[in-house]
Amino acid sequence: MAALHQPLIIEAGRAERHYWRDLWRYRELFLFLTWRDILVRYKQTVMGIAWAVLRPLLAAVVFTVVFGKLANLPSDGVPYPLLVMVAILPWQLFANGLAEASNSLLSNAGMISKVYFPRIIIPTSAVIVSLVDLLFASVILVGLMAWYGAVPGWRALTLPLFVLLAFAAAIGGGLWCAALNVKYRDFRYLVPFVLQLGLYISPIGFTSSIVPQNWRLLYSLNPMAGVIDGVRWALLGGSAPMYWPGLALALAITAALLASGVAFFRRTEKSFADVI
Amino acid sequence: MASAIQVDDLSKSYLISHQPRERYRTLRDAISARARSLAAALTGKGGDGTGETTEEFWALRDVCFNVDFGERVGIIGRNGAGKSTLLKILSRITDPTRGRVAIEGRVASLLEVGTGFHPELTGRENVFLNGAVLGMTRAEIRRKFDEIVAFAEVERFLDTPVKRYSSGMYVRLAFAVAAHLDPEILVVDEVLAVGDAQFQKKCLGKMEEVGSAGRTVVFVSHNLPTVLRLCPRSLLLEGGRLVASGDTSRVIQTYLDTKAVGGDGRNGLKDLLRIGGMGEKFRFTGCTVLDSRGQATNRLLFGEPVTVRLEARAAAGLDDVSLVVGFDTYTEVRVATVLSEESGTLFNCASGEELVVSATPRHFVLKPGKYFVTVAARHHGRLLDHLLHALRFEVDGLPWRGARPASDTWGIIQVLADWVSPSSGLGFREASGPTDG
Repeated sequence: MAALHQPLIIEAGRAERHYWRDLWRYRELFLFLTWRDILVRYKQTVMGIAWAVLRPLLAAVVFTVVFGKLANLPSDGVPYPLLVMVAILPWQLFANGLAEASNSLLSNAGMISKVYFPRIIIPTSAVIVSLVDLLFASVILVGLMAWYGAVPGWRALTLPLFVLLAFAAAIGGGLWCAALNVKYRDFRYLVPFVLQLGLYISPIGFTSSIVPQNWRLLYSLNPMAGVIDGVRWALLGGSAPMYWPGLALALAITAALLASGVAFFRRTEKSFADVI
Repeated sequence: MASAIQVDDLSKSYLISHQPRERYRTLRDAISARARSLAAALTGKGGDGTGETTEEFWALRDVCFNVDFGERVGIIGRNGAGKSTLLKILSRITDPTRGRVAIEGRVASLLEVGTGFHPELTGRENVFLNGAVLGMTRAEIRRKFDEIVAFAEVERFLDTPVKRYSSGMYVRLAFAVAAHLDPEILVVDEVLAVGDAQFQKKCLGKMEEVGSAGRTVVFVSHNLPTVLRLCPRSLLLEGGRLVASGDTSRVIQTYLDTKAVGGDGRNGLKDLLRIGGMGEKFRFTGCTVLDSRGQATNRLLFGEPVTVRLEARAAAGLDDVSLVVGFDTYTEVRVATVLSEESGTLFNCASGEELVVSATPRHFVLKPGKYFVTVAARHHGRLLDHLLHALRFEVDGLPWRGARPASDTWGIIQVLADWVSPSSGLGFREASGPTDG
């Protein structure tokens, strides 16, 4: 018999202890599932990539016309299409990632009831697909910046931090929604609705600077406000200075969302196979 | 040496809600239940106000057993006995409520073939994906890739999305991946029931190969002959408890003795499993085995002709009814089926009157052992009534003249032949020269 490693013990509540070690052991499955999700998404290559590019593009056009032209909101000296595009990309990373993650468990129900693996892999890989979407969609942003001759300075180096922040917020929220979705099936109608509201509440079609100063901190409770302000600050510079309390709040809220999301997911995941 | 699998006092309970609804809840339900209980608390009325009663259901209760290294163990029991729950716990899909399992070695569990297959992906991509889902590493899949593809016989369609596969190809590919798992411990559910007969045979062969390669196998199945063939030892679960364990043929006997089938034929047929038919239009009302003196019995002597008496009733008059009687061994292998139609006999049923028919198969000698009788009635090719294992009977007696060992390998039925040797024309035994038999 091959050299025996530590015996596997199955006990009530035991899974808790080796959670992260297990997750590491299943890293290949994680890669494979992510690879599958990406592959399936871009399977019909032309349409797949076009979709990733077209969605933010159309949204940018609508927002530019409505907020920039019709409502004539200020843009802090930045071309309006650029202002909008820079915000739409992280928003879509967050919103699509969260939506995909929240449905991911149900669409993989077969696997969950037949095979063991750390369930957290599924919603996480769903969010990663949105990250890949973001990479494709960034091509338009690069094009748009070249068109307007906007050259980012050293601040662009901080960009990955803000993308990471949006990513973390999507995973945190996604874990909550995914777990709740298994338990309460009508939760899936709530998620798109809330995300729809978020699209208008977040500073996508406008800049956060039009929010009255004494409301600004309250406004920053939405972590995506901090992310979008940050991306704008990193890429466009502009006249508006960084609102640091807002960023700090976004960081804190995202961290709380992620930590509580992971905790809630872990607490409920043991019963997924029983109720799904 | 420690056991490969050691299970101690394993229990699993589910909370079942007594409201007729799905397993999951909706948020709306949760909110309205919360609101009602809040209202009840405010108005001072008793009860939790949720209008929902839940009950604990023990799917597994204090199950203890162990499996040694290299042992093949079957798990049998009827539906709802806890087999699947046990497998799910061993595969870590669900947590036990109490108790402990210790597993020594790499486990692969196979509760389904093709888990994780995606219709949009090609055969090649699905092999990698499914392999990873079943716990193989990338290097391992790459190493076995050609073997898997050859086993599945889908070489030409490797780069076709599996949604375009025929269902046979799909299942073959799915099983091929599973068959090439290389764990120390394999936990298998009834995945062999896939594909056509020929592929099933191939799967079974592969399973035997896995077993003989010294791997530990836990195998759950309803298919008793397969369990008997694959597993020397078996466990019997009933109502979540382990009720028997040991030599597979003995455990199967125990299972069949406790199984709620037919019994001795005296307790009516109302509670039996009716597989199909036309409901009240035609119903069997009685089924009895008779011995050579025409007495009802459930024990026959070896060599004694078996007679099955059927009683039936039709709601309205019905002509040209064909009756069918089947005999099965205790491992559920069909020994023979007799059809009245084949003997040129059809029966007419007068409205409201009882039809009584006896059937005695000719030249039919069953070996000593336990048998089931299955009965059916047909009308112009349509099934009127069908009772699987309507009753059980036993054939007693010594093996024929002591020449034959009481072994399953000597066949299911007893047949005598006319033995003739061409040299003598009489078949007498001669001191020299070839003899027959």
